[in-house]
Amino acid sequence: MTNYRIGIDVGGTNTDAVVMDGDDNLRAKTKTPTTKDITTGILSALDVVLDDSGVSEDELDYVMLGTTHATNAITERRGLNEVGVIRIGAPATRSIRPLLEWPDDLAEAIGNNVAILDGGHEFDGRLLNDLDEEQVRAQIREFADVDAFAVTSVFSPVRDDHETRVAELIREEVGDDVPISVSNEIGSVGLLERENATALNAALTSVASEAANAFVDAMDERGIGANLYFGQNDGTLMSVDYAIRYPIFTVASGPSNSVRGAAYLSQVENGIIVDVGGTTTDVGAVTEGFPRESSVAVEIGEVKTNFRMPDIIAIGIGGGSIVSTDGGVTVGPQSVGYKLTEEARCFGGETLTATDLEVAAGTIDIGSVTPDVGVETVEAAREYVRECVEREVDRMKTSADPVPVVIVGGGSILVPDDIGGASEVYKPDHYEVANAVGVAIAQVSGEVDRIYSLDEMDREEAIQHAKDEATENALAAGADADSVDIVDVEEVPLSYLPGNAVRIKVKAAGALDH
Amino acid sequence: MKITTDNIDDFATGATVLGTGGGGDPYIGKLMAQQAIEEHGPVDLIDPRDVPDDALVIPSAMLGAPTVMVEKMPKGTEALAAFEALETHLGQEAYATMSIEAGGLNSTVPIAVAAALGIPLVDADGMGRAFPEVQMVTLTMGGVSATPMSIADEKGNSLLVNTVSNEYAEAFARVTSIEMGGACMIGTYALSGAEVREHAILDSMSLAHNIGEAIRTAKHRSRDPVEAVLDLTDGYELFTGKITDVERRTEGGFTVGEATLDGIDNCEGRRFTLEFQNENLVACDSERGVVASTPDLITVLDAETGDPVTTERLAYGHRVQVIGMPCSPKWRTDEGLDLVGPAYFDYSIDYEPLETLQQSKHD
Repeated sequence: MTNYRIGIDVGGTNTDAVVMDGDDNLRAKTKTPTTKDITTGILSALDVVLDDSGVSEDELDYVMLGTTHATNAITERRGLNEVGVIRIGAPATRSIRPLLEWPDDLAEAIGNNVAILDGGHEFDGRLLNDLDEEQVRAQIREFADVDAFAVTSVFSPVRDDHETRVAELIREEVGDDVPISVSNEIGSVGLLERENATALNAALTSVASEAANAFVDAMDERGIGANLYFGQNDGTLMSVDYAIRYPIFTVASGPSNSVRGAAYLSQVENGIIVDVGGTTTDVGAVTEGFPRESSVAVEIGEVKTNFRMPDIIAIGIGGGSIVSTDGGVTVGPQSVGYKLTEEARCFGGETLTATDLEVAAGTIDIGSVTPDVGVETVEAAREYVRECVEREVDRMKTSADPVPVVIVGGGSILVPDDIGGASEVYKPDHYEVANAVGVAIAQVSGEVDRIYSLDEMDREEAIQHAKDEATENALAAGADADSVDIVDVEEVPLSYLPGNAVRIKVKAAGALDH
Repeated sequence: MKITTDNIDDFATGATVLGTGGGGDPYIGKLMAQQAIEEHGPVDLIDPRDVPDDALVIPSAMLGAPTVMVEKMPKGTEALAAFEALETHLGQEAYATMSIEAGGLNSTVPIAVAAALGIPLVDADGMGRAFPEVQMVTLTMGGVSATPMSIADEKGNSLLVNTVSNEYAEAFARVTSIEMGGACMIGTYALSGAEVREHAILDSMSLAHNIGEAIRTAKHRSRDPVEAVLDLTDGYELFTGKITDVERRTEGGFTVGEATLDGIDNCEGRRFTLEFQNENLVACDSERGVVASTPDLITVLDAETGDPVTTERLAYGHRVQVIGMPCSPKWRTDEGLDLVGPAYFDYSIDYEPLETLQQSKHD
């Protein structure tokens, strides 16, 4: 069995690629600069690893890609769809209209088309209001020029039939070509945050399909007939079709890939991961091999959302961080970024960077010049970095007990081995391409996040129902039936409500079906 | 002063400080107020001393489950029907509305109501902070009745309730809110201008605004935001520490729990516990015992930014400053302590004013 796979991670600075064999051993790795058109960078990384590993195109079973194109499109307001944002819940919810708190330019970039129509349910599944199908059809016709629809109904995590019906009506009115995002498939309870995530998802579908097509074309161009997957932000994979439908799930997939890769390379299933890049260091937590999810609303492009996102803290320290020696040594948050090879002193530039200190100390050997920096400056800078990392590691922990800490990423050398609060510090082999390894070894998953009334079914039954649904979703995503495991069950009782309402979240994951 | 879309954020931040960790998500109230002001114009915040003696003031509030409020926000006009019902019943037009609680969600919801009705908001409230139940207002002690209370939902249903006590008003409103889908709007404690001055807590909305403004500007000018809050509230810094443990359980509809903090900076070597039931209610120091308790205000602020941290967001590793702020003297009477003192929340401690506890520390 060859079963070779390639993992590619497109970051802001570097595009990393690895070749892994069927036993998940790393056969080749490379770091190449990310190019403006992305595809060129992907192809050159691909060529290097194929060449180095001696693996031929037709021996590849899978190619997995982690990208930041969705995040960039939101930040830069570039290539976003015009979206018809339909909320079903009137007469309730009118006191806060859709997109009210969005930055003006982002709301304008997606067209600012919003409507609040009759319908929706109560917390216990009772009808809030009848869906008025004629009203819905009229609204769809009014949104005739939009590129995509985002549909959110009140308490759709409890009952999704109004969202489903509105999606059918949109199909009938405008045909099969216009993408439709429905909120119960994207976010959880908290209407505004779920609606925001759904609208962003709808805005991203064209960008996503361009990126997916470019990826598919690039593979065709190299004669690669492997199955193609995208990394998503829970550290699992999704098919190309799925990525086009749910592009929002690729947001923050980079740090998630790093967490998965670091856990795999170090064999640490539970602990803290520190990924040191060129401009920032991401600190995240790994739980049973998967990135821990954030429990609070996460902002994307200044918009509050509540879909699953990894719990990550980014600090402004990386290889390109500018070192200041005015009144005490500090590192970052200013950075020379991708201009390291022009501006850093070790490359003949004028700016003192974190990388220069390590070159001066002799721990790394890059560039053409050995910067003249005193030993006490190097020590003070290392101490500064250690303190910053320690503080963030501590914030990611859930108790005072020491936990394993894994350090990965190109800038790992900046972080010392004696981190306070760590039971052990790992810097595993291939640390510099942990993110590409993470996407190459990723599994596929299925999730459920629903509210159950324990007056209607008992607790065991509700959890089993959620587990079955999560497993079905994992199988639908391409998981091998024999390898699917339930990897997370979370139960939250809802206060002030009768009927013993409880929110149950379940995630199932398994290996790709061969 | 005028409440506008430019200063609504300050009201919300300050209300979160006065919410003492609970009081519901002010985010929803803030957005409701923002939209209502955009549609109807700014709201006049009027000095309670300027309200005519016999003018009718009808406080308004949202009541129900936080989970429902973040999913099924109000229509925005429920209060209109509720106000009309009360006005007809009382045979008088409402002169203004008022917040029942200066802390949390319900501090800003009446701003939206005032905008929609085109009436002013009185700079006062019934708690000076946040508490979970309808009868927990200084107005109860003054003999002001929570009823006739109007309860309205987004569908157009409304009820006018008459009860023999404010506790019954709480009980009936709670049951009705469930029938209305878990959340509703209420008009309650209709009172005269004279009664506002005598029984309510005055100037609390402008205090919320000033606290929010102080935190925001302190951040811009690199001043200590916590100091700024203490100055405004005659408060005390109780503890600076790192949260090392949080325990939570659900009891009788409340989230009950306890957070443990280990001291940092000038508190190094000491330990601190914070007991909460939605709101922070009792604070204990390992060396000095109880240092603050309900009805005095206990608020957790982020040690770096000064932003208030609600009880649901308390988590291991968070570096925070805990501050205590004296409650209104009205709460420190026997009647007040019966309503909202430690015993009401099942804590077996005797209430002592925050200032007394702080003084004994220095003896």
